Amino acid sequence: MTTTAHDQAPAGLEGGRLPWRVGDLVFYALTAAASLATVGLVVWLSYKVVAQASGAIQKFGLSFIWTVAWDPVKQNFGALDFIYGTALTAFIALLIATPVSIAIALFLTELTPRWIRGPVGTLVELLAAIPSVILGLWGILVFGPWIAQHLEPFLERRLGFIPIFSGDPSQAGMLPAALVLTLMIVPITSSLCRELFSRVPRDLSDGALALGATRWETIRGVSIPYAGPGIVAAVLLGLGRAFGEAIAVTQVIGAGSGFPTSLFEPADTLASRIASEYQGAVSGLQIDSILYLAAILLVISLITNVAAQAVVRRFERSRGKIA
Amino acid sequence: MSSFDVTVRSAGLRRRRIVQRVLAIVATLCALAAVTMLGIVIGSVAVKGGSSLSLDFFTKPRGLYGVPGGIADAIVGSALIVGIATLIAVPIGVLVAIYLSEFASKGIATFVRVVLDVMNGIPAIVVGIFVFGVLVTGRGQSALAGSCALSILMVPMIARATQEVLALVPGGLREASLALGVSRWRTVLGVVLPTVTGGIVTGTVLAVARVAGETAPLLFTSSIAANAVNLDVSQALPTIPVAIFVYSESADPHEQALAWTSALVLISFVLVSSVMARALSARSRRKLTGGH
Repeated sequence: MTTTAHDQAPAGLEGGRLPWRVGDLVFYALTAAASLATVGLVVWLSYKVVAQASGAIQKFGLSFIWTVAWDPVKQNFGALDFIYGTALTAFIALLIATPVSIAIALFLTELTPRWIRGPVGTLVELLAAIPSVILGLWGILVFGPWIAQHLEPFLERRLGFIPIFSGDPSQAGMLPAALVLTLMIVPITSSLCRELFSRVPRDLSDGALALGATRWETIRGVSIPYAGPGIVAAVLLGLGRAFGEAIAVTQVIGAGSGFPTSLFEPADTLASRIASEYQGAVSGLQIDSILYLAAILLVISLITNVAAQAVVRRFERSRGKIA
Repeated sequence: MSSFDVTVRSAGLRRRRIVQRVLAIVATLCALAAVTMLGIVIGSVAVKGGSSLSLDFFTKPRGLYGVPGGIADAIVGSALIVGIATLIAVPIGVLVAIYLSEFASKGIATFVRVVLDVMNGIPAIVVGIFVFGVLVTGRGQSALAGSCALSILMVPMIARATQEVLALVPGGLREASLALGVSRWRTVLGVVLPTVTGGIVTGTVLAVARVAGETAPLLFTSSIAANAVNLDVSQALPTIPVAIFVYSESADPHEQALAWTSALVLISFVLVSSVMARALSARSRRKLTGGH
């Protein structure tokens, strides 16, 4: 793509001493109002979601976060099991998705002829377009049974001495949830990483190659350090996605509770518990507790996303804009 | 950051070549695995959903228990809810993008962009909970509440996509129009915006494709509905994603079949529109940047 400096110049309509006409002012006010409303909506949403939970916050206080309970009969609720489920499934998903995404990005930027890049890149990104409810449907009826019949017995035979791979195989549990999340994260992080690797200055990698480095050594010594902070941001964005995914996880995780050590056992995440209780909640306190879970989820994902944005901005300042 | 000294590694060229080979194979396998998974998921949906696909499926509402029927009620509900969400989100998204690229100072533009990106990262289920608290509590579920929830998800997508294509419009175009004495607002609406219609349509289609499959925001806003064709948006309407969600957890093979066929309809819509949007985007970008 060739763009001249002229095209790149900021396109503002300040226009020096050009007079502002009435139409201009109205139009300006309209666009500014839309932007203000959008920013206001984010603030309102954050405030409202936390404020809605005030009933449960007053009843249980902050100890809700480290309490293990979800007992509608005894009216006792806590969130720790779900925080555990959220953290563990997201962690496993990232553990698989990060190296795979980086590998896919490298495949698409460094290792393939141009004519393969386009189609393969598009196909990987289409994986992100599949609605989560369909991944969940496939997860329950196709993937879950396959995991229970083949993958889990295999892991148990080979790695059963590690507690997370022990126990009876089951169709619904943390392993299928983590793998479905992996499928959702990989297209996002790999397309971001691809963007990052394509920004590595040509002369840096050419320099390394000219010094006799192999392509892999160039990637390890030049591309990955250069793209490093951006990769961190991509992983954080993937993490935010994994935390927030409700539907597909609800469908495959099996609505368990407690702290299962084995990945074969059912559990629940913050988002999946909220989704699964949409019709079941009867008492006011149970609804309040669901709202409390939503508030915790919002805070976690805001922190993750703001952190990712901060990393991206720092990266852009030092290395130029990402797309 | 410690520098990586590539020159020291001159020994063991054979070993280095092998490492290079192995890693290239691993990367290729990863890409292949991702494409294969896409194929497996689409293939499963096509095989399991294709067998009971018929015209009745699109034209008849769901029958009572055991009676075969279609999914017309959910198709109508989804179309209405997503359509209204689009009508809300497109003007707001485009106005925000115009503000960002034409009027805002650099600092404010960066701030609003960060807010949009953060907004894009808010979990859909939390958006559903928010709309539940604002519009559903006390009033009951409605298709309009569902549309509001979906439009909150769409605004940042449309705004960012539009803003990105607006940034590609050459500044000279604006200057030429202003130099002719055209006012700012007419410059934007008459000169700048028409050059990026393709980009706006692409962004909108991608946003529609994404929210058409969103289930989480609808669970709390428009999920408890009768399975009949209904055009009243002040009531909760059935939708395809919610139908798939409910039937996917059913043990009844009839309902599972219904879930698979609905999934086939939804995935076809989503994939076709995504691919079309991509093709359109490549074309309009080529036009804007002139060649390549």
